[in-house]
Amino acid sequence: MKKLTVLIVAIIVAIGLSACDSGEETIKIGVIGPLSGADSLYGVAVERGAKLAAKEINEAGGLFDKDFEVIAYDSKGQPDEGVNVYNRLVDQDEVDAIVGGTFSGVTLAIKDLAVQEGIPVLTPTATHPDVTLDADNIFRACYTDSYQGEVAAQFAIETLEATKAAVFYNIDDAYSEGLALAFIDAYEAAELTIDDYTFNANTDDYSAVLTTIQSGDYDVVFVPAYVASVGAILTQAATIDFGETIFMGGDGWDGIEGDYADVAEGFYFVNHYAKTDPAQNVQDFVANFTAEYGVAPNALAALAYDAVYALHAAFEDAGSTDRAAVIAALADLSYADAVTGAIAFDANGDPLKAITVIQVVEGTHVVIDKVQGS
Amino acid sequence: MDYVFKQLINALNTGSIYALVAIGYTMVYGIIRLINFAHGDVMMFGAYFAFIFATSLPFSDTAGGVILIMLLSMAAAAIMGVLIEKIAYKRLRRAPRISALITAIGMSLFLQNLALLIFKAEPKVMPALVPKTRVDFFGLDIPVLTLYTFGFSVLFMVLLTLFVRKTRPGKAMRAVSQDQDAARLMGINVNSVISLTFALGSALGALGGVFYSLSYSQVYPTLGVMPGLKAFVAAVLGGIGNIGGAMLGGYLIGLLETVTNGFLSIVWKEATRWTDAFVFAVLIFVLLFKPSGILGKHVKEKV
Amino acid sequence: MKAFLIKYDRIISVLAVILGVFVILNTLIEAGVFSNYIRGILILVMIAIIMATSLNIATGFLGQLVLGHAGFMALGAYGAALSAIALREVIPSDLVLFLVATAIAMAISLLAGLVVGTPALRLRGDYLGIMTLGFGEIVKVILTNLEVTNGAQGLTRIPRIMSFPVAYFTMAVVVVIIALFMNSRHGRAMISIREDEIASESVGINVTRYKIIGFLMAAMFGGVGGSVYAFHIGFLSPTTFGFVRSIDIFVIVVLGGMGSLSGAVIAASVLTFLPEFLRDFANYRLLVYSALLVLTMLFRPQGLMGTKEIVISFRRFSDKIRAFWMKHRKTKAIEGGTDHGNP
Repeated sequence: MKKLTVLIVAIIVAIGLSACDSGEETIKIGVIGPLSGADSLYGVAVERGAKLAAKEINEAGGLFDKDFEVIAYDSKGQPDEGVNVYNRLVDQDEVDAIVGGTFSGVTLAIKDLAVQEGIPVLTPTATHPDVTLDADNIFRACYTDSYQGEVAAQFAIETLEATKAAVFYNIDDAYSEGLALAFIDAYEAAELTIDDYTFNANTDDYSAVLTTIQSGDYDVVFVPAYVASVGAILTQAATIDFGETIFMGGDGWDGIEGDYADVAEGFYFVNHYAKTDPAQNVQDFVANFTAEYGVAPNALAALAYDAVYALHAAFEDAGSTDRAAVIAALADLSYADAVTGAIAFDANGDPLKAITVIQVVEGTHVVIDKVQGS
Repeated sequence: MDYVFKQLINALNTGSIYALVAIGYTMVYGIIRLINFAHGDVMMFGAYFAFIFATSLPFSDTAGGVILIMLLSMAAAAIMGVLIEKIAYKRLRRAPRISALITAIGMSLFLQNLALLIFKAEPKVMPALVPKTRVDFFGLDIPVLTLYTFGFSVLFMVLLTLFVRKTRPGKAMRAVSQDQDAARLMGINVNSVISLTFALGSALGALGGVFYSLSYSQVYPTLGVMPGLKAFVAAVLGGIGNIGGAMLGGYLIGLLETVTNGFLSIVWKEATRWTDAFVFAVLIFVLLFKPSGILGKHVKEKV
Repeated sequence: MKAFLIKYDRIISVLAVILGVFVILNTLIEAGVFSNYIRGILILVMIAIIMATSLNIATGFLGQLVLGHAGFMALGAYGAALSAIALREVIPSDLVLFLVATAIAMAISLLAGLVVGTPALRLRGDYLGIMTLGFGEIVKVILTNLEVTNGAQGLTRIPRIMSFPVAYFTMAVVVVIIALFMNSRHGRAMISIREDEIASESVGINVTRYKIIGFLMAAMFGGVGGSVYAFHIGFLSPTTFGFVRSIDIFVIVVLGGMGSLSGAVIAASVLTFLPEFLRDFANYRLLVYSALLVLTMLFRPQGLMGTKEIVISFRRFSDKIRAFWMKHRKTKAIEGGTDHGNP
């Protein structure tokens, strides 16, 4: 009994101590993303992009005589953990703005809390439409899944002239499903042939379904999933004779030229940006990121980088870190220098951006087009 | 008809892998009445071993190189299997069943997280040791990989069956699975037999892992989870404790999966979403109506 | 009056402690000493306690291996959330909405428990484990594929009606009910089934009936935990309730001691708080948990508390104080006595 009491007291003291504040005055930006586990490459990319932006800002003198400080916590990609981490950032670390969550699920979980709190939230990568709905203080730096799927379909219909298409998506993944549904809607609206096939998070063996898809003889097969699944799918598809069929993807394909360049050869995907884009600001960003971290930045890192700079611009316009002022500044923001395409928000908090269409050619990205959707 | 044939080839490929892994489950269960939850993860490590050997050995894409990698991976997994038995299961042979089961689950998770820590979560691309081409086999158009997979699976299964039936150690294995105490009284070194069982089962499971990664091109830490569960269902379907049953069950489950993914999905678009659920449904069905499986015998529980 | 206090001493003591802890924690929260962040973690602890104690009925007391407990949590969560969304217009009171939604959640998980349990409990331990694991996975597949749950996109706009008092007292009610049940002859029957099923059958205990009752209770209270979770987080997605969640709960039960409620409560609290402090080591969490499972089974299978409970009793406490005081007075008297002799 005595030992138990001591233990309980120790825990309460520890909690109290951990509530202590530290450090001098900085402008604090909270980052939420999966930093551990299987999805860590996404969260880490966001963290790195944000930290690079903060570093550059500080080297240029900071803002209001203060440095930018990025505080990143691990959401493990889980909504309940995201809520936890959000509370910690707002209560304990007293951040001025939040760049997060990285995943839509986490962002949705913290949405109500953030709306109540009135803290500016700029999610770099959450693409679920509900994220910015009826929330004046929540903005996103990326376009939505539905927009992406729609533009991809537009490209397939107009440029690739694909009259018969199939979608092969991951039913366990909100992102994959979101893009797929938008693609299907666009094709149905154009009254063209569209079939859908699914796989799930545990699937490794795509051969049976791929055999079925191959027998359907489609012009385009849209596979809006992440590199790991897409790589396996394309590799297994290579042993089946798909003829002239073109495979396409969404921004989840970013990085496919790494391990899967040969099986992805000649295929297209849409993305927020291309690291081979000759624009000066893009190349500077790629160079700095590679110098800092030893790897080239993917789209998520670029989006997080832009998000922090957008916040910087908003703070500047507002003249302070006062939350209401910053939110108003964000709503009116016009940040043209963004790496992922000029950022300006519509009434909802979604950006009106151009989508880059990339073709994988000999292991690199070739920018084919920049499409502005509706 | 061509389409049907193609899917049948897929079924043979998948079935062989499940059969190899199922044998491991069934052998261990036969000998110590334990569901070795960690077996699927030994399969996963088998794939990783193959990956390591394939990327570090120079002659890996020759026919001889492939066989060498196979054997090396099997050997490494055999050692791993024996170690797992000695560390985790040996102490609990007389303990209540639930303790051994919990240990097995713990071991399985431990192996998965160990792989996660060592190899990281991102899937590694398995080099195409076997060319991804198709070949004309007696007038039929078959992928070379399927020939390898099916061929070697059958070969090793035959070897194992001969071993168990015709050799002395094999006889000892059969004796220990029938009655451990009696076998001990007959002078059989039960510990050695159990270790041997784990070694053989793990080796075959690892081979399954190697073919899995070659067929589906990726190796990642949770690779063994789903196939492990399905292989277990296959073992139960065929009759747990019965090696022939495990082989039969493996091919049946492979067929079920291919039929659902390949054929059912034509008439019922939603079919692929329910494939995994169907496999579990098979398990439930078997356990409820014929727990001894197709080839198994019902063993009465003695007080 | 005194006789009443003595007879119901343990119950009164436990209730007093529960109330006392609540008052302390709630005051700290209301006063702002405990931030929103801490409050959030405390609610997660409450949920963990509900899940662990409910699983403990089936795995700890009954000795059945249940590996898919997250499935009941999922059914309860979605059931409660969907009911609340549908009934929000009709029921203005947050508390009543929560109670109604939780009742529906309990009914759903109870039904699921019946469907799974009736056939499954006839099986031997190993197969039951696999079956429950399969159940957990099947629930996930069903929830992902249903229209009404919005599948992988997730269920949003769940009324956020959870508060610390509601979470705490839900937890308290669940734990007290389970404790009362386990201390009754029904609980003892379950323990005897765990120890030796065949012997229990032969002394006349209806093994099948108790197994089903235990399993259903676990399912039902698991659904309650899911309900609290849904209204706390406000967003549901099928992937939250996968095998990892089942294992997290399972580890708590094993480490706390299968068959000890106080063990489950302590383990749930520690294992929910600890990862917060050890954020830097998040990558190693599951590795350590799994190693602990193996090591515990090898070296201390009874876990932290074994089958013992922490007995909270004012009478024993006051007896101890009185005994201590007596001893103190006696020693003083002896010393004083020798002093008397001195001039």
